[in-house]
Amino acid sequence: MSKRFIVSAESTPKLPRHAKLRFDKARDKWIILAPERVFELDHVAYEVISRCDGGRSVEQVIDSLCEKFDQVGREVIMTDVTNMLQDLADKGFVVT
Amino acid sequence: MSDVIEQGTKASATVPVADRVVPYALLAELTHRCPLQCPYCSNPLELERSSNEIQTEDWLRVIDQAAEMGILHIHFSGGEPTVRKDLEVLVEHAGRVGLYSNLITSAVLLTRDRLERLRDMGLDHVQVSFQGTTPDIADRVAGFAGHKKKLQAARWVRELDMPLTVNAVMHRQNLHQLPDMIDMAVALDAERLEVAQVQYYGWALRNRAAFLPTREQLDEATGQVEEARSQHKGVLVIDYVVPDYYARRPKSCMGGWGRQFLNITPSGKVLPCHAAESIAGLQFDSVKDKPLAWIWEESASFNLYRGTGWMPEPCRSCDRREIDWGGCRCQAFALTGDAANTDPACELSPHRDVLEMPLKESNAAAPDFIYRRIGA
Ligand code: SF4
Ligand code: SF4
Repeated sequence: MSKRFIVSAESTPKLPRHAKLRFDKARDKWIILAPERVFELDHVAYEVISRCDGGRSVEQVIDSLCEKFDQVGREVIMTDVTNMLQDLADKGFVVT
Repeated sequence: MSDVIEQGTKASATVPVADRVVPYALLAELTHRCPLQCPYCSNPLELERSSNEIQTEDWLRVIDQAAEMGILHIHFSGGEPTVRKDLEVLVEHAGRVGLYSNLITSAVLLTRDRLERLRDMGLDHVQVSFQGTTPDIADRVAGFAGHKKKLQAARWVRELDMPLTVNAVMHRQNLHQLPDMIDMAVALDAERLEVAQVQYYGWALRNRAAFLPTREQLDEATGQVEEARSQHKGVLVIDYVVPDYYARRPKSCMGGWGRQFLNITPSGKVLPCHAAESIAGLQFDSVKDKPLAWIWEESASFNLYRGTGWMPEPCRSCDRREIDWGGCRCQAFALTGDAANTDPACELSPHRDVLEMPLKESNAAAPDFIYRRIGA
């Protein structure tokens, strides 16, 4: 990491090399593994993170979430996703 | 080592599955052999000789059992884990069963080729320890001229595109180098800087007066860390804990005894914490005799201080009892002679006054080091 990643609609977030997304059988949830840290994902966080493959932009991630959760307003989803990704980026769990 | 469990949900920090507590991390101390002689080393005073080390097959079996139990992280440590020739085999196996592998190393024995091999075997992360930012201080603390080699090895880690943590044990003799240490970590392109404090048991307890910083030093350091954290936000993660002796409440040691973490010694003994052997009178089961899951769930040593049932007052009725779990058992033993006492790092401890003498020593001249040696 050499400079802070600021999440925008065009950025294409993904997990950094040192972080791994996997399903944890023993605890029955999705987790991100990173050095000295385990980030347990709730249902919503998993839906977001699993779409961040480095190819899709934040905009496209939001589109896809809007399709799946069509009862929730786009504004709400956009705010939630951006905040969550920025928070994860600052903790080193998401890069561009 | 400070495993942090972060959640995207509001669930409690450890997740009981059908009334069981599932551990998160395993510290595999492959050997006590190490070319360095750090006077704060967390290894026991009685170092294990190489002839007592368990074999490759034992470690492979343990790694399988760990994954089966739901353990997520394996830290290969020591001593110096790269002394073991089977490190590659163990790393590869850990990856195969889905464990996240971390190498905790002094780096002085590493070659670029070996690092590359380890990476290709699936090593996920490397943590290099530094004893200072300049050879004069770092090499004196380590009792070994290795600082330059460490820098070299840390650069290889990044060249090979592996994530790097700089681990810096800071104390009264090098705390003035903290700003340089932060710059060094940034320059090395580390993901994470762990500013570790000396924990006072074993070797470090013997050397306490040479290590414990003064209150003024510490306050200055805390300010520097806060500033650096905002300056390097999103670039460098800085983990920093205030040394226990200056804390008002203890930290949650190992996330609670027998709740998140287990440690296996070079000879195969399973401990709830890497320093647990410093508590006199405890017996620990070995992976040579019993499955890891049995030791975790059933063994006397793991159940002794697990949960809150063993707690005396003031912990028993304290609303922090499931937050800090009464602090550190090893420290309670080292300072009060009874591991079942409240950790004196808590201001509410009736033994708090045991900290007066060491805190006074921190303002006097520092004595010479007693270096870590086999048979010292
Ligand atoms: S603390 Fe120092 S002496 Fe102890 S194992 Fe680590 S590098 Fe070796
Ligand atoms: S009294 Fe015990 S539980 Fe309460 S804060 Fe102190 S150490 Fe923690």
